[in-house]
Amino acid sequence: MHNVSKLVLSPAPHLRGNASISRDMYIVTLALLLPCAGAVYFFGLYVLLMLATGVLCAVLTEYVAKLMRRQPFLMDGSAIVTGILLVLVMPPRTPLWIIAVGSVFSIAIAKEAFGGLGHNIFNPALAGRAFVTLSFASALTRWIAPVSSFMADGVTAATPLGEGFVTTLNNGALYKALFLGNVAGSVGETSVLLILIGGAILLAFGLIKWHVPVFYIGTVFLLSWIMGQDPLFHILAGGLMLGAFFMATDYVTSPITTRGKIIFAVGAGILVVVIRVLGTMPEGVCYSILLMNAVTPLIDRYVRPKPYGYIPTTRKEA
Amino acid sequence: MNMHVLEVLGLRHRTGVHPPARKSARSKAIEHMPLASKVILPLQQHIGACAKAAVKRGDEVKVGQVIAESDGFVSAPIHATISGTVKQITTITSPVTGQPVPAIIIESDGKDEWIELAPADPENLSNEQILTRIQNAGIVGMGGATFPTHVKLKPPPQKHIHTLIVNGAECEPYITADDRLMLEEADRIIAGLKIVMQVLSVTRAHIAIEDNKPQAIERMRKALAQLSPPERITVVAVAARYPMGAEKTLVKSILHAEVPEGGLPMDVGALVQNVATLAAIYDAVTLGKPLVERVVTVAGMVSEPKNLIARFGTAASSLIELCGEPDTSIDQMIFGGPMMGIAQPSYDSPIIKGTNCVLLNRSDFRDEHSCIRCGRCIDSCPMGLMPLMFVNCVKKGEYETLPNYHIANCVECGACAYNCPANIPLVSYIKTGKTELQKRGVK
Repeated sequence: MHNVSKLVLSPAPHLRGNASISRDMYIVTLALLLPCAGAVYFFGLYVLLMLATGVLCAVLTEYVAKLMRRQPFLMDGSAIVTGILLVLVMPPRTPLWIIAVGSVFSIAIAKEAFGGLGHNIFNPALAGRAFVTLSFASALTRWIAPVSSFMADGVTAATPLGEGFVTTLNNGALYKALFLGNVAGSVGETSVLLILIGGAILLAFGLIKWHVPVFYIGTVFLLSWIMGQDPLFHILAGGLMLGAFFMATDYVTSPITTRGKIIFAVGAGILVVVIRVLGTMPEGVCYSILLMNAVTPLIDRYVRPKPYGYIPTTRKEA
Repeated sequence: MNMHVLEVLGLRHRTGVHPPARKSARSKAIEHMPLASKVILPLQQHIGACAKAAVKRGDEVKVGQVIAESDGFVSAPIHATISGTVKQITTITSPVTGQPVPAIIIESDGKDEWIELAPADPENLSNEQILTRIQNAGIVGMGGATFPTHVKLKPPPQKHIHTLIVNGAECEPYITADDRLMLEEADRIIAGLKIVMQVLSVTRAHIAIEDNKPQAIERMRKALAQLSPPERITVVAVAARYPMGAEKTLVKSILHAEVPEGGLPMDVGALVQNVATLAAIYDAVTLGKPLVERVVTVAGMVSEPKNLIARFGTAASSLIELCGEPDTSIDQMIFGGPMMGIAQPSYDSPIIKGTNCVLLNRSDFRDEHSCIRCGRCIDSCPMGLMPLMFVNCVKKGEYETLPNYHIANCVECGACAYNCPANIPLVSYIKTGKTELQKRGVK
């Protein structure tokens, strides 16, 4: 034979698709670039420093954690996504050291301590945010209005969901401001438009299923309407959009089946409204997702696809 | 509403995957390859009992002479595929299991002398006679599963079969053997189909062909239109989506019914036969010709991919030599398609009854990462399973949990592994799980 070298024996399939973890993560990063750019536009260049801090700390922490756990460090992009997401859910003038602490917590405690990518129960970025919010509450209440010039220091302002929020805008103008992002709020949560474009990228690449954002946002809309609130305001304000497209869709911490994802999304939607309307906190997206993360193993235990040719049995499963 | 629209909206879930077709030999007419000077015939080319040698060293044999057979019902005899002398009865590595298997080596006398064939008119034969002719011809499922055909055509009396499904899906990439057979030998296939319909007293048949083979669809339709009297046989264009050619997937697509778990298509009144098997049935019943050769696609990293008729026992290297210059970076040879085919240890591996393709490839080893629970394996599983759970259980050694996730339902098509972003070799884990369960006697 022409080629007498040894033939390689390997199990089927011998053909693989082009899916890879890093490809997924870099597409998510790409989709996040728009909200990031919007954040810089609305809240100034300081956001760039925040992003750099968040991403750098996340990647370094992962590197050190892998070193300590004697596992290979893979630059799969997941730490980058966590770093960016963490910054996007923080107030615009968060001190960099708080970003650093949150970022380290996200990776070291919420992710690596549970076993690394694929094993964490809670969304690392949200866990990091929850941790710093609880630890440094007073430093994280300074919300600013969008700034017109790039380097200017912002003027303190209440977020639309906050108690001190008053607006002179009529409803139409308020919705428009919320949609475009011209309001006070977390770094990357204010512009619904940019998040929707990012979400469309994820959908177009088939990375997320439409069910999660639709059922999540839909539940918030319906329930807030039923509870006598302004439903349009509730879906446009706060972190709902970012959460619905980028956090509730996290593979690792949400159910694996489509039906499970729908249950997850509806549950999170209910929690958002309950926290916003009945709770003491102004915003509930972060905790709604974290709480549903905790329920995910339970959902996965009971919600399973119907196998082909399934024969229902009366026998109780052990 | 249009199915495709429903899928885009995510309202209808479509299982399976869409690997690139790469059917480079599709326009190449089937060619008879020169006869080999030597053939190596493993005595197990089918599912069931291994045949026992009926000849000894030094015996002169003619083409079509039985050289090995078994008493078992689920078995198929092996015939000499060239005329000449039995040179050796030995043990080789099975191209299917990778385990040692007895084999007979015949050296050619260059004459290609056949045994005397006994043609017959199937309409004058009883069902028993037809089945005996099929059994004696050593016919097995030629789509790759190699289950003895006479057994499949004799369902238990309590099972009523109303529909015959002809499998011309050929869903694996690269392979064009069945496609070419449909284009060039449509009449033989339909003659075989009619024999099977006669045996089973079935009046309804569907010929399922993936919609990426429009010429084959047209050719089969034309052949059917010429039948007189017309039969209730239709050609169905099924979606080109791997693994469409798996029996259970096909039954679901055509009959919109699912075979009950652990059952066979006959449980929903269907029987599936591959197109090449039907052509072989025609040869056996009408011409009295035993199964000694088949169409094999040679594809992959060769400059001239071809569809060759090769006698069983011919070394793969002889086929490859006819297909132009092989790429120097080839380091893998697969019998079958890239999704379910078996990597061969040597270029000397012989073509056997189930070998529809010799694929030359560069191995694609990828590091396995942690599962990120993306659910792609679930979405692609044609059997509605959760493949990632099998990996979890096998990794933890919790084999007893596997049946809760219906592991027996897995057809090992590899759609899950194809789509896995973490490069997890799911099929290997599943095979391990099945083997461990068998050891423990758990069904």
